[in-house]
Amino acid sequence: MIDRLSIVVVEKDRDRAVQIVDALTAETDHEVFVITAETGLARHVADRQPDIVLIDIDNPSRDTLEELTLASGPLERPVAMFVTGTGGDLVKQAVEAGVSAYVVDGLKPERLSPVLDAAIARFQMFKQMRLELDEAKRALEDRKVIDRAKGVLMKARGVTEDEAYALLRKAAMDQGRRMAEVAEALVTAAGLLS
Amino acid sequence: MKTVTLPVAYIPLVDAAPLIVAQEMGFAEAEGLNLDLIQAPSWSSVRDMLSFGRVDAAHMLSPIPVAMALGLGGVSTALSAVSVMSVNGDVIGVNRHLADHLKAAGYQFDFKDPVAAGRALSYVHPTPIRFGVPFPFSMHVELLHYWMDAAGVAAPGAEIKVIPPPLMAEALAAGEIDAFCVGEPWGSIAVENGSGELLLPGAAIWKFSPEKVLAVRSEWAETEPHLLGRLSRATWQAGRWLASPSNMALASEILARKTYLDVPALIIERSLTGRLIISPRGDARQVDRFIEFHHGVANFPWRSQAAWIANQIAGRVGLDRHTAIEAARSVFRSDLYRRDIAPLGAEMPGASEKVEGSIREATAVASDAGKLFLLEDGFFDGRIFDPTAED
Repeated sequence: MIDRLSIVVVEKDRDRAVQIVDALTAETDHEVFVITAETGLARHVADRQPDIVLIDIDNPSRDTLEELTLASGPLERPVAMFVTGTGGDLVKQAVEAGVSAYVVDGLKPERLSPVLDAAIARFQMFKQMRLELDEAKRALEDRKVIDRAKGVLMKARGVTEDEAYALLRKAAMDQGRRMAEVAEALVTAAGLLS
Repeated sequence: MKTVTLPVAYIPLVDAAPLIVAQEMGFAEAEGLNLDLIQAPSWSSVRDMLSFGRVDAAHMLSPIPVAMALGLGGVSTALSAVSVMSVNGDVIGVNRHLADHLKAAGYQFDFKDPVAAGRALSYVHPTPIRFGVPFPFSMHVELLHYWMDAAGVAAPGAEIKVIPPPLMAEALAAGEIDAFCVGEPWGSIAVENGSGELLLPGAAIWKFSPEKVLAVRSEWAETEPHLLGRLSRATWQAGRWLASPSNMALASEILARKTYLDVPALIIERSLTGRLIISPRGDARQVDRFIEFHHGVANFPWRSQAAWIANQIAGRVGLDRHTAIEAARSVFRSDLYRRDIAPLGAEMPGASEKVEGSIREATAVASDAGKLFLLEDGFFDGRIFDPTAED
């Protein structure tokens, strides 16, 4: 079928790859290939002769794909990062969401937009999940260091756990700092003094 | 002066030092700036962040804005190189296997002579050598091609592959590449983890090559001249600070921090002091001007440097050289540099172009206020590049 686009997704993480493919094929029947290997990336991509390549902006192997942007590169057709005339907004959204697209020269913006929209939505979701994960990790770290600081205070000042917590909270409020920061400083100082 | 926060992208490399030092040592603050230094995972990412407005300035490989002006690389936002952030600083290295062969053939690893190195390489490896480089548009690529192509040099030729520097040692060990040309600390890291040995510093091929530039969007340079001036001055002051040998240890410590390079300070100090350890056995070599942040008007963006880069790229990808040189000239903004740096009392050269490769020893030249010193900028094969004499 002439309307099918060939899309290559570069993604090491299997779960993420599956989700991207699902998002891209939900409403159309584009041909989507996933490449997981980092070595020889440019060659693998070129072998597929794709119309569009999607890759995480944070993937350091992205630079290897830049070879494809040279017409004399392994891919016969020159590839550009985004079609000229696609409009800056879509490009900006993609960069913000953390996905970059390499597109074969001459692909019409109206063909690209739906694909990119789907990819952007998916990557935004990944980003949100990562933020939430970071947040959860930080909360856990905070709790750990606050627990240790409470222990230090209970031992040094002979107070109960609740009192130790109150002391920490007051110090944090007085200094306009996060409780975890105060706890961290206390734990570090205690480590030096012991 | 109200402090303005300016997002700036950089790649964790030793030559990002002027931006990091500007922020950490207070040069940015003195200009009323707070640099929000954003570490990027790749050069394409740096280019995109700058092109699409995620950051306002960036640490950038000098050939990137030139290539963009030639319509190469897929993104066409007009960028300006407002100063040269660092001169030299690349290293060429080979895998252990090739190093052993070179040694068995009697090669001395003088870390100096590209002709002897090329000859020795072609003796032990007559077919093109697969070199890993960080980016298709980079001084690394230009130096390798220049070295391998120079007339009269017996060299095996180069097959160039782009490998992200953090994966370079791995690619070397996996046999995906035979050699590399990379910026520090990655060459020293390959030595440190035993996967490679260093063959030549970039400075052995071209004594004064513009390696990284401070890049901004040309449009931003027009609309924010005052912010640009402040950023240029803060970076220039940081470069001068970095040129003082007494600051090397502190600079290494700052760069070594987890938020920046996250590499031992002692490894960083090697490139800053020019005392490189070239083999896992600990052989040391001292290199003059291994990396230069200030001396010899290092930060002046000579239009002839951009022209040289354009001429080399155009020759390779089959563009008209004359048109390419014209397009490139306006990318290196000696006009903005003069305007923004002169207030610091810095000497400015009378001209904005020079014949690249023609300075054989430190030379006093006319400057706006009298005289200033330019340093050796010769190519190893003695050729020169006169940007005005191209046919």
